Amino acid sequence: MLKLLTRALLLLLLMTLLTGIVYPLAVTGLAWVIFPGQASGSLVYREGEPVGSALIGQNFTNPRYFHGRPSAAGEDGYDAAASAGSNLGPTNKTLLDNAAGRAARLRSENSLKEDSPVPGDLVTASASGLDPHITPEAALLQVPRVARARQLPEQRVRELVERHIEGRQLGVLGEPRVNVLLLNMDLDKI
Amino acid sequence: MKQSDIFQILLYLVLLIALAIPLGRYMFKVYTGERTLLDPVLRPLERMIYRLAGINSEKEMGWRQYTVTFLVFHVLGIVLLFGIELLQGYLPFNPRQFGAVSPLHLAFNTAVSFNTNTNWQAYGGESTMSYFTQMAGLTVHNFLSAAAGMVVVIALTRGLARRTAETIGNFWVDLTRTVLWILLPFCVVGALVLVSQGVIQNLSPYLDVQTLEGAKQTIAMGPVASQEIIKELGTNGGGFFNANSAHPFENPTPLTNLIEMLAILVIPVALTFTFGHMVGNIRQGRAIFAAMLVLFVLLLGVCYTGEMAGNPQIASLGVSGPSVMEGKEVRFGVVNSALWATVTTATSCGAVNAMHDSLTPLAGLVPLLQIMLGEVVFGGVGSGLYAMLVFVILTVFIVGLMVGRTPEYLGKKIESREMKMATLAVLIPAAMILIGAGLASVTMAGTASVLNPGPHGLSEMLYAFSSQTGNNGSAFAGLTANTPFYDWLGAVAMLIGRFGVIVPVLAIAGSMAGKKTVAPGPGTFETTGPLFTVMLAATVMIVGALTFFPALALGPIVEQLLMLAGKAF
Repeated sequence: MLKLLTRALLLLLLMTLLTGIVYPLAVTGLAWVIFPGQASGSLVYREGEPVGSALIGQNFTNPRYFHGRPSAAGEDGYDAAASAGSNLGPTNKTLLDNAAGRAARLRSENSLKEDSPVPGDLVTASASGLDPHITPEAALLQVPRVARARQLPEQRVRELVERHIEGRQLGVLGEPRVNVLLLNMDLDKI
Repeated sequence: MKQSDIFQILLYLVLLIALAIPLGRYMFKVYTGERTLLDPVLRPLERMIYRLAGINSEKEMGWRQYTVTFLVFHVLGIVLLFGIELLQGYLPFNPRQFGAVSPLHLAFNTAVSFNTNTNWQAYGGESTMSYFTQMAGLTVHNFLSAAAGMVVVIALTRGLARRTAETIGNFWVDLTRTVLWILLPFCVVGALVLVSQGVIQNLSPYLDVQTLEGAKQTIAMGPVASQEIIKELGTNGGGFFNANSAHPFENPTPLTNLIEMLAILVIPVALTFTFGHMVGNIRQGRAIFAAMLVLFVLLLGVCYTGEMAGNPQIASLGVSGPSVMEGKEVRFGVVNSALWATVTTATSCGAVNAMHDSLTPLAGLVPLLQIMLGEVVFGGVGSGLYAMLVFVILTVFIVGLMVGRTPEYLGKKIESREMKMATLAVLIPAAMILIGAGLASVTMAGTASVLNPGPHGLSEMLYAFSSQTGNNGSAFAGLTANTPFYDWLGAVAMLIGRFGVIVPVLAIAGSMAGKKTVAPGPGTFETTGPLFTVMLAATVMIVGALTFFPALALGPIVEQLLMLAGKAF
């Protein structure tokens, strides 16, 4: 039995060394050499300072910016050190009340009629709480508001949004989408 | 049904099978010691490991010795991981200066969870675990628990294939070869592919940035890719981050999503082919694969249809596009969320790219049911196929009763001892799920953790015990899992779900190995044809339905009806 225990412990330690130290550090090293930008978080910069990651959504409330999806990560949303979904079930009153409240606010912020349709992704919280994307419909809906707030011609803002629409990856995978942070950074450059 | 959705599903299935066929052949070579391309590098490393650990690789083990070795290795693994968690504060690679994982019941639950291939997580990774714990603790057991599942099915397969043999293999050799030849090489390549798409891999401290609107955002970092790939390939499922594969740093693009879904199922599918090669008739493996595929397509159809039908109460708010985006990411949309949910619970993976708690009731029923069925629709690496082989034994027994002949499988008689063990392997987890969820639903300690009121609350408790017993690890995560009740009882469920199946399976391996084979006669039931495939799939569904239908009726089924009737809680 003692022999068995020793063997088990030794193999466990060897495997820990191999798969728990050597393997992750080797991948870290290789990744750092081959894909340094991606490995360190796909950061985006403004005037040399990082303002976030192209993959991680941010809170936007100012009418001059396009707004992302509701977020359940952290107290105020988009806490990138505490990712989370709401986990609200389909028959939970809180889910329905939240969605109704967001739909109403969307309509008033964007001066829409009371019964005009709003995109589903803007009234529901994302899975990670950090979703960097919204649907193209959700972006286009906000164009008039953003243009008004920035005193820009609507056409100009719409063209920018259309340039930012990413299609399905490799033509087939996933869903069409717009990256809100990257769109807003380009918006600031106009 | 959208054309682009169907196309994505078909593309996934085609790629999956195309990858699994050569992998099945390769694993056959690995487990029978045939030469492979990687031998010049790995043979010396393998020999060094045996020498350092004092392992005699030539000596095979009987089923009892194999089982004892298996259990001792796991007990030590639990102790070591528990120790790392408690000493985290004193160990390196800890930029957030996290102290010991606490409370004690959380640390214990996690140690059991990662050793049993469950990866149930009652904590948020980025707010609890240091980089050292993630790498040297959790990543290690992502490898070892996966390899352990695979060696059990290989031992069982040897038991079925051999004639009047005393032994079923050497646990140390099987485990080491699985890690070196199968898991590690694919992980190194896979991790780098994931990084190329944006999955992070660094040891940097969390980054503070000033956002475009001037607020502060702290971005969690870490060695994610190296853990991400084995999390899927080993059907582990424990996320580096709380949001698991919904987190953009774990799963940034639709392409990583496809790769990760392929990684989840490729070994379980390939093992059916490995099985065919090992028993000397590839059609035996194909018939089992076909039964799994039938069940998978059926259940995926239910999940997808449930989600496409949407949530009428959200839709009535004047929503355009999908009404079920709560708990989903835009880049994946409805189809990739439903597909992933089905894939991750067909196996014992349990990684999620959408929050299962927020699925429509009918769609949420599918993950729950698949776990309850024992994760035999492909199933976890190894654990899926050995659980399915238990159902194969049940099926040939039932058929034997119908025609009044002694049942046999692969030329070996199935007798009372094998039937007892097979029955135990089915009943033990089923009892654990129902007793655990039953206890939770009638005690304050159980119901106090529920987030969603109404029938959905029962679904949350059912899911918690199904997931832990089934060693899945996904959750209806609204449930507050980090309580003494759920952590302790959950740990028991995981241990029973793992070893309560593995020990009977190894016992079957031992007794089958010792049997003689008899030539097939005119009354022998062919286990290679479509009739067998249908019988097998039906047996799985009937056993599952008989056991769990009452519980499911009170949870997701009644909730779906109430949702359609416009009720909310």
